[in-house]
Amino acid sequence: MRKLVSHLDEVKIVSRRFGMGAAEIDRYIELGGYAAAKKCLAQGPEWIIDEMKVSNLRGRGGAGFPTGMKWSFVPKQSTKPKYVLVNGDESEPGTCKDHLIFLHDPHAVIEGTIIAGLAIGAKVGFIYLRGEYRYLLEIMEKAVADAYAKGFLGKNIFGSENEFQVITQTGAGAYEVGEESALMESLEGKRGVPRIKPPFPAVVGLYGGPTIINNAETIASVPHVIAMGAAAYAAVGSQRNGGTRLFGVSGHVERPGVYELPMGYNLKKIVYDVAGGVRGGRKLKAVVPGGSSTPVLLPEEIENLGMDFDQVGKAGSMMGSAGVVVIDDQTCMVEFALRTISFYQHESCGWCIPCREGTDWLKKSLTRFHAGFGEAKDIDNIQYLAENILGRTFCPLGDAAAMPTIAFVKKFRKEFEDHLNGKPCPFAKHVEMAVI
Amino acid sequence: MADVTFTVDGKTLTAPAGTLLIDACRKAGIEIPAFCYYPGLSLQAACRMCVVRQEKVGKLQTACTTTVAEGQVFITESAEIAQARKATIQLLLGNHPLDCPVCDAGGECELQDMTFKYGAGESLYAEAKQHREEQQWSPAVYFDRPRCILCYRCVRMCGEGMDVWALGVQNRGVSSVIAPNGGDQLDCEQCGMCIDVCPVGALTSGSYRYKTRPWEMNHVSTVCTHCADGCKVTLGVRQSNDGSAIVRADNRDKSGINGDFLCAKGRFGFDFVESPKRLTTPLVRNAQGKLEPATWEHALRTAGNKLKEIRDSRGGAAIGVIGSNRTTNEENYLLQKFARTVLRTNNIDHQRTTGYSEFARALAGHPGRTASLNDIASACAILLVGGNPTEEHPLLAWTMRTNVRLNRARLYIANSEPIKLERQAKATQLLPSDGYNDLASLLDEGKTDLSRAVLAEESLVVIFGQECGGQATADLVAWGLKRANVRFAFLGDHSNSRGAADMGLLPDLLPGYVPVTAPAAFSEYPGLPAAPGKTLPQMVAATASGELAALLVVGANPLPKLAAASETLKSTFLIVQDLFLTETASLADVVLPAASLYEKSGTVTNTYGDVQLVKKAADRAGVKPDFEILVRLADAVGADVKTLVAFGKGGVTGDLGQSRGAQAGEADQHSVWLAANNLEPRLSPFDPLAALDEIARLVPGYVLDRVNLFGGNAVKTEPGAGPGFVPISTLSGSGLVVPVHDTLFTSGTLGRYSPALLQLKDHQAHEVAVSAAD
Amino acid sequence: MSPETMTLFSPKLAARFDALVEKYPVKRSALIPMLLYAQDEVGYLSDAVIAEVAERIGITVLDVRNVATYYSMLRFKPAGKFNIQVCTNISCMLRGAYEVYERFQEELGIGHKGVTPDGIFSLEEVECIGACCWAPAIQVNYNFHDELSPELVPGILKSYCGNKAKAEGTARNA
Repeated sequence: MRKLVSHLDEVKIVSRRFGMGAAEIDRYIELGGYAAAKKCLAQGPEWIIDEMKVSNLRGRGGAGFPTGMKWSFVPKQSTKPKYVLVNGDESEPGTCKDHLIFLHDPHAVIEGTIIAGLAIGAKVGFIYLRGEYRYLLEIMEKAVADAYAKGFLGKNIFGSENEFQVITQTGAGAYEVGEESALMESLEGKRGVPRIKPPFPAVVGLYGGPTIINNAETIASVPHVIAMGAAAYAAVGSQRNGGTRLFGVSGHVERPGVYELPMGYNLKKIVYDVAGGVRGGRKLKAVVPGGSSTPVLLPEEIENLGMDFDQVGKAGSMMGSAGVVVIDDQTCMVEFALRTISFYQHESCGWCIPCREGTDWLKKSLTRFHAGFGEAKDIDNIQYLAENILGRTFCPLGDAAAMPTIAFVKKFRKEFEDHLNGKPCPFAKHVEMAVI
Repeated sequence: MADVTFTVDGKTLTAPAGTLLIDACRKAGIEIPAFCYYPGLSLQAACRMCVVRQEKVGKLQTACTTTVAEGQVFITESAEIAQARKATIQLLLGNHPLDCPVCDAGGECELQDMTFKYGAGESLYAEAKQHREEQQWSPAVYFDRPRCILCYRCVRMCGEGMDVWALGVQNRGVSSVIAPNGGDQLDCEQCGMCIDVCPVGALTSGSYRYKTRPWEMNHVSTVCTHCADGCKVTLGVRQSNDGSAIVRADNRDKSGINGDFLCAKGRFGFDFVESPKRLTTPLVRNAQGKLEPATWEHALRTAGNKLKEIRDSRGGAAIGVIGSNRTTNEENYLLQKFARTVLRTNNIDHQRTTGYSEFARALAGHPGRTASLNDIASACAILLVGGNPTEEHPLLAWTMRTNVRLNRARLYIANSEPIKLERQAKATQLLPSDGYNDLASLLDEGKTDLSRAVLAEESLVVIFGQECGGQATADLVAWGLKRANVRFAFLGDHSNSRGAADMGLLPDLLPGYVPVTAPAAFSEYPGLPAAPGKTLPQMVAATASGELAALLVVGANPLPKLAAASETLKSTFLIVQDLFLTETASLADVVLPAASLYEKSGTVTNTYGDVQLVKKAADRAGVKPDFEILVRLADAVGADVKTLVAFGKGGVTGDLGQSRGAQAGEADQHSVWLAANNLEPRLSPFDPLAALDEIARLVPGYVLDRVNLFGGNAVKTEPGAGPGFVPISTLSGSGLVVPVHDTLFTSGTLGRYSPALLQLKDHQAHEVAVSAAD
Repeated sequence: MSPETMTLFSPKLAARFDALVEKYPVKRSALIPMLLYAQDEVGYLSDAVIAEVAERIGITVLDVRNVATYYSMLRFKPAGKFNIQVCTNISCMLRGAYEVYERFQEELGIGHKGVTPDGIFSLEEVECIGACCWAPAIQVNYNFHDELSPELVPGILKSYCGNKAKAEGTARNA
């Protein structure tokens, strides 16, 4: 069992039941579980959607779309069945929060799915976990079976006239499937290539039916929003950013781990206080604030930065999946950039030219550059490449590769220049031989 | 959808709401580049070349997925857009081999054109390009992976267009690759459509690759010589030692009734033209009984003298004529006129593959009831009775599939065995093999899904396969004629089978199904025999009995089919015009080497009654078009050639525009007007258009819209359907109609001389065998 | 698939597949789980496995290949009984994943996608496995091992091949 961390500033809402044995259904009920679903069953869909709107809960997958609004887009009448799809394809480097939810509180995901289903009038919900999370899938499958056994799922949930089925699904290794329409494709047994939008999933989604797709953390937050009241939940966070987030702090910190902090919590405090500061007393070089696709921030940029979607956006980066990756001064930023872009090159679905070819050329150029075979013009070329991927691709993966790359070049140009003229990498680690 | 008005590059455009921006722009003459977008196939938005700027929208939008709405404002060319497109090309060129100098697509490559337009001359990369060996997927299709830009056109064309689904996309990211269904082999219809739609040289044709450069060829748009669907095919022709040779056939033109489509036969089966087995010199049987090469002069004199001698001594009834399913309308017309007015015989027939004359009789007096291919393409509902178009009429199958896919047409199938097109059908009805006769009453009863659905249709096209003939056809036509908005089409086998029947290669019927017993306008034929002649089986029987002293066979090989023993022909003087020394030709006394359809001009009529212009593409030393052979033969018989072909003074004449002044352009315009009005002077006895003029003048239902015909379009005909026209009878008898049932890789006798088709047939037989064993 | 049809899979897995194709609104949704479970049992996606999966779902072999080749966990050649997947993505890299990976390479004498001659181990450098806060992390088949350092590598290897009986069991569960 993974060790859990804690800090005094934490406001435990989603992580409230972590480490309390709540994967067992009876324990979950003992801790107040499934009360929210029953309440929603009594209150009806409009009330649920209103509560979600009031709560200012925003999508935890990374885009931060207001959940209540997303649910309200689903047409009330539909000839095709509606679906709820829980995105547990957690794959953004630096992110492992859903991992803990599935591990410690699987019933919160189920309960959130039921509530979402009630809100939009769906009878089936899918919980999709990335293929690597097999042991978590088994936990989820047991939880689902237990919920069926209790009558919380099935033809007549909680003894009502409402039907709700939950189906778990495994991926098989593809970051791109985390994109909502690619997720639907994958669930339909196809290549994980995104769909053309519009139509948006809320209108034409899974199997052609209206579908809402929410991140697992978002869905796990839903029962808590209902239980504590939407206004109270909203009050925890900052303006237009309701509630808390699970911050996964990783990299060069003393106490890496997943911390639940209110939206708007100061990033510098996360690094230095919550996570115990830079490991080994080293100096901070940079912070990736929200998973590998978010542009890197310099120490001076995190001074007064509150971690919510709007403030991080204003600072020129993104809150993303709240995976905070801390980088110390002994790190080669060219290597870090290369490792980041290698990931996107590996995960590009290949559908559109700018992403497929662009990420590959970025990787090739950075590989050669990091190995000391770069030329001065390569620095501009790398930036040019990234700038010509940005905003031009079929789905956001291209942006996810381009944005951090542009930031690395702009903010660490000096380090790039230090690799020129055949000089070895100043930090001389893991230099891959470039294929020229 | 209602029209909306929007602005593109400052121009105000109007289009129905929901039209794709790229289509609306292209229609207005604003070219938006795209690799992945292909009209009629599903949208991809993958190549990102068609990006445009939409007012008040943050990112550049893809024109291929943007639907137009009222008041929108777009910019399709700007520095920003040009940069986006340039960057995309730069990325592609990073790994795309610059082997344009040897690439088949060089000169007609969309990537080249885009690079030329947007410029990406400098390489930003120092890395080596990834080379992969070229793969042969089938005798027809080669794949050069590094050239592939992953536009997915081939995958969609094969799947959505052809319903074959033999191509897929495998791996992901930069490793993504187009893959065939048989591992390293293609198990498919070998249509080669994937090659046509490939914007670059990634998919190349087995028969064309590395043969020539596109600019070294003349591109001639003509009509395919194989099945009866009448696809337009673009032949690439290059100078050769023996004249000019066809180097490739494809459908780059896309202006014909076949739209995007061309099958394996049209695309690869042109190579019979270059076969070393082609006859290129006349042959005459010598005193030792051996065929030996002869001059045209000698061969024609030998044949002409013999025909004259027999006609004069034993009468025209002692001569038989068998015509072709592949020669042009003009040649067919000339052949029957030659038989009837020079040889004085009605013993003329052809190998009938379907009962066009029965069809004409059933429809007599009901104009507007035949369905052209375009009618089928736009029909709301189609009832296919018998037949397997996927194999035998690939264009018809394509047309129906496309109509179902894009227009949601409803296809109904009544057949005695399951066929692949059922995948597109709304309802099907399996009939007993002799059940076609009962279909009309089955429909009227309305007890089955199919009959209920068909009865509910407000309009319908009924297509008869060859299984459905005789009484079944008559009954179904009668059933349809009782209802409004029912049209009919009738399936036959070869490229001009319909034309052979229409042009009166029949013992009892003159061109346009006019009975010889009541010749109407054909009374002007000098010496037209009054009584119907012998059918093809009767002629063959008559040779055995010695009744027929001479037999002229034009472009036909009736011997193997009719199983006539070679002995029976010994007492008959046999003249054969053909491309090859067929079983029939090898028994002939005189063999005259004929030009193929690709080596002559004229018109042909497809099985739906669409007349199309055939243009001469290739040339072969030593051969002559059948038209010329017939004129020369008539001359050798001693006939007045001018009576046979109206040319020179005495033919229809007009001036060439000299009288209207010689200002630039006026003469050209005038000649267009003359041609359209059938007034152009025919200056040569070998000009088939002279026969076309006469056809238009005499044959009911063949008054053709010449502007369209000469413009390369299909022109509809309805011979015999004119008001008040009733053919009296039609001969029938067993063995008259013998369907050939050619498949995707066979084409009667002709197909046996196409190495490409034989190879494809072998490949498929092997592939199917291998995958069946798996 | 009818019961009398030959199947490559164990009765238990075959029964699971029979249930899986009924589970979704559309049969094809079972494709990716089936491929993964089939791989777990057979070791890799052989041509025969692909053909059977295609038949069970009612799609073409090409369709299955198009999909299977997209997902990075699916493989078309046998791997070791224990497939060691070392994450070297940013969070793990910052905490020494490459050193761990190199130690595995040294201990096993194989590189990326290599298989030991005895077929017990295979090694793979993989992308983020969602254990960033416990970096560097690896997966051996589906089992996570967190907060590694090169010194811990021999012990991990031993825990898999040291006890044959245990090893068999883990492989089956995986």
